[in-house]
Amino acid sequence: MDIINVVEWSRAQFALTACYHWLFVPLTLGLGIIVAVMETVYYRTRKQEWLSLTKFWMTLFGVNFAIGVATGIILEFEFGTNFSNYSWFVGDIFGAPLAIEGIFAFFCESTFFAVMFFGWKKFSAGQHLAATWLTAFGASLSAWWILVANSWMQYPVGMEFSADQMRNVMVSFRDVALSPVAVNKFIHAVTSGWCLAGAFVVCVSGWFLMKKRNVDFAVKSIKVGGAVGLAGILLCMFSGDGSAVEVTKVQPMKLAAMEGLYEGKEGTPLVGFGILNTEKQWNDDKDPMLFEIAIPKGLSILGRHDANAFIPGIKDIIEGKDIVDGKMVNTVPYAERIKRGKAAQKALAAYNEAKKAGDAAGMAKAEKELKPDYKYFGYGYFNDVKEAIPDVAMVFYPFHIMVAVGGWLLVFLAATVFLSFKRRGWLSCRWKKISVFPLLAFVTLPLAYLCSQCGWIVAEVGRQPWAIQDIMPVQAAVSSLSVGQVVTTFVIFGLLFTILLCAEINIMIKQIKKGPEVQEHVN
Amino acid sequence: MNYQLLQEYWWLLISVLGSLLVFMLFVQGGQSMIPQMKEEQREDMIYTIAHRWELTFTVLVTFGGAFFASFPLFYSTSFGGAYWIWMLILFGFVVQAVSFKYRLSDGNILGRKLYDIFLFINGILAPLLLGGAVSTFFFGSDFTVEKTNLTDAAAPVISQWGDWHGLEVLLDWRVVMFGLMVLFLTRVQANLWFLNQVKDENTAEWNRKQLRVNAPVFVVLFLATTAVLLTTGSYETTGLHEFQWVDNKYLNNFIAMPAALISFLLGTLMVLYAVFAALFRKSRKGIWFSGLGTVLVVLSLFWVAGYNDTPYYPSYADMESSLTIYNSSSSEFTLKTMSVVSLAIPFVLAYIAWVWYKLTK
Repeated sequence: MDIINVVEWSRAQFALTACYHWLFVPLTLGLGIIVAVMETVYYRTRKQEWLSLTKFWMTLFGVNFAIGVATGIILEFEFGTNFSNYSWFVGDIFGAPLAIEGIFAFFCESTFFAVMFFGWKKFSAGQHLAATWLTAFGASLSAWWILVANSWMQYPVGMEFSADQMRNVMVSFRDVALSPVAVNKFIHAVTSGWCLAGAFVVCVSGWFLMKKRNVDFAVKSIKVGGAVGLAGILLCMFSGDGSAVEVTKVQPMKLAAMEGLYEGKEGTPLVGFGILNTEKQWNDDKDPMLFEIAIPKGLSILGRHDANAFIPGIKDIIEGKDIVDGKMVNTVPYAERIKRGKAAQKALAAYNEAKKAGDAAGMAKAEKELKPDYKYFGYGYFNDVKEAIPDVAMVFYPFHIMVAVGGWLLVFLAATVFLSFKRRGWLSCRWKKISVFPLLAFVTLPLAYLCSQCGWIVAEVGRQPWAIQDIMPVQAAVSSLSVGQVVTTFVIFGLLFTILLCAEINIMIKQIKKGPEVQEHVN
Repeated sequence: MNYQLLQEYWWLLISVLGSLLVFMLFVQGGQSMIPQMKEEQREDMIYTIAHRWELTFTVLVTFGGAFFASFPLFYSTSFGGAYWIWMLILFGFVVQAVSFKYRLSDGNILGRKLYDIFLFINGILAPLLLGGAVSTFFFGSDFTVEKTNLTDAAAPVISQWGDWHGLEVLLDWRVVMFGLMVLFLTRVQANLWFLNQVKDENTAEWNRKQLRVNAPVFVVLFLATTAVLLTTGSYETTGLHEFQWVDNKYLNNFIAMPAALISFLLGTLMVLYAVFAALFRKSRKGIWFSGLGTVLVVLSLFWVAGYNDTPYYPSYADMESSLTIYNSSSSEFTLKTMSVVSLAIPFVLAYIAWVWYKLTK
């Protein structure tokens, strides 16, 4: 098979399904919480308007949930269909979070989702409220296990390699399930969903304000949506800081790519805005930036919480140079890692030969040779150090877009909450016939989606070429397929998802235009 | 529990999930009859499966996740190899997931009919192909497994398949027959479900009429499949990766495992009784007999496929590549950890049953 092209197309197919899936999941995560808050207010006050609010946003939640589920099923099975080698090599560890997600989270989510939509007259108000919260909880629990699995790929812990089984095996479930990378990633991803859903609710409500329809409904929605969104962006920034520290520690190459940093120094600045020099190679003397506005010492503060800390660049990492607490630390240069990775693969092959021959002494000798070099096993698939560098531009620009838009979301949502609680009239004010607040909300929603997508691009492209950091590159993870097969399914799913997205947006728009309906009290 | 017991326990859990999945495919059975449904009765019937599809979907996802966690070598070999089969199955489930929600929504630009076609496609593909995929547990597939490929940087893939990547099974009449049998089983189940859920007498009569076609076709296919299965030979393990050929292997397994035989016979009788009661006694409770019967039969099929030294995924390209529950499972530590997790399953089933009961009431 044409392995490089199969790798690229398999990655493209996974990226396609992941990007589409992540269009819908954050809204599900956040809108679930918003609807639950609204229903709680209804449950406590029994005011009909809060029931109308709950049902209106619940309808949009349902439309979005369906397509989120549709795009999600592909992802789980793509590990098997397109990355079958990966599925064997680390399935012993990676499969567990997926199974637990199914048993605990997905059943909880889908069972109580049915109660949310079909159970208004069949369950008491309290039971229905519990079902709404459980649906939101199930969605977040689902995200937890998926992010545990994803974080493990970025920072493989709680495992060891078994030469006898030719795979990695789990030795500590606690280390896998409570990895610090997973904790930060979970908070970051879920709260980014709250933020996006907040922007969504504010944007849709802004439309009602602009049309001077259901104004009271819109303002109430903005209060809840804005508050959840603001809480989301604040927590997202807090966890983003934690993620930056973790990335510096466990994926320094990703951090260097995020900043387009080739040569580090003590007190490394953070690029606020910059244009990359596309001619730059890791080992030449060209300036990596054509233009930049930098924040002095910003990256050192971000990555190591120390204004004078050294942050290694791509060249430093490849050459094995780092400085921690003012002391030079020699990490293993990439050329050496490739050599040791190949030695590890050779030792593993020797182990198997000895095993087949029933040569116990040979097995012991090969295993002894394998152990110290196994941590570089994945590097053995490379022939040149540059193969271990991610696409810097694909990481740098999304990272900076994400940070910039995140800053705007904080300002916008903070202002929204303030206005909706303290200056309600300002939400509807006009400047030269332009409804200012709704207009800003319309601009903010696509930006929130862009921010959300950029976050995942940084996380996933930034860890390339690794399927599992340092252990298995994507080129060793794929299935034995032809390019034609993967291209065919890529095109089919690309078209299908695009059509379904258009259908979903149109249904959403119609539902929004219909507006909230007067509801009868339940139980 | 020792390692062997853990492996067997996880095969049991896979059997339970697999059997629940086949039972829940009555949703797909109902979808496969949408084109035949009368205009005035269609929505009533679709409504009864519209808030059940998530459960079928969830069981499928959990079945996949559990297989991944407990038998990763099967996951990597089957999914990566029988690419077209799994992709077609997934395509069907993707279009199903949106169809129930979108088909009658305002602003539905694709039109109700297209969503009904999507539901029909899933209704046919899912039982047919999942049934066909399960039948390869008995009739084998065209793959090899060589783990040492991992040390070859130029060609590291361990599971290799023939050029047809799973489509070759469509040329095996036994696999096709098995798939058709599952399809007609799901249609029978759907008729029984509609009889139970929709009280209108015209709808009931329509379902009995459908049942008079679906049930005989299913019974004929079931008997033929059973006959083929009982006369099919397969490998038997003599070591972790050593096998020998045994004639009538599955018949031997039924005889060696009375629990499987009883489960199979009892399940078959329950399904047949459900059909009989629905047609000749105008019973509307057949789905519960038939549902439990289906679960029992599928359980027994999983048991004869995987227990009693039988490779549950035989390779006809290379006997030694065949997968057993002992050579394809996760490590002892992972199975033990997951077994602790599995203790929550009764709790999960309990709340699902409670919600199901309340929604159906």
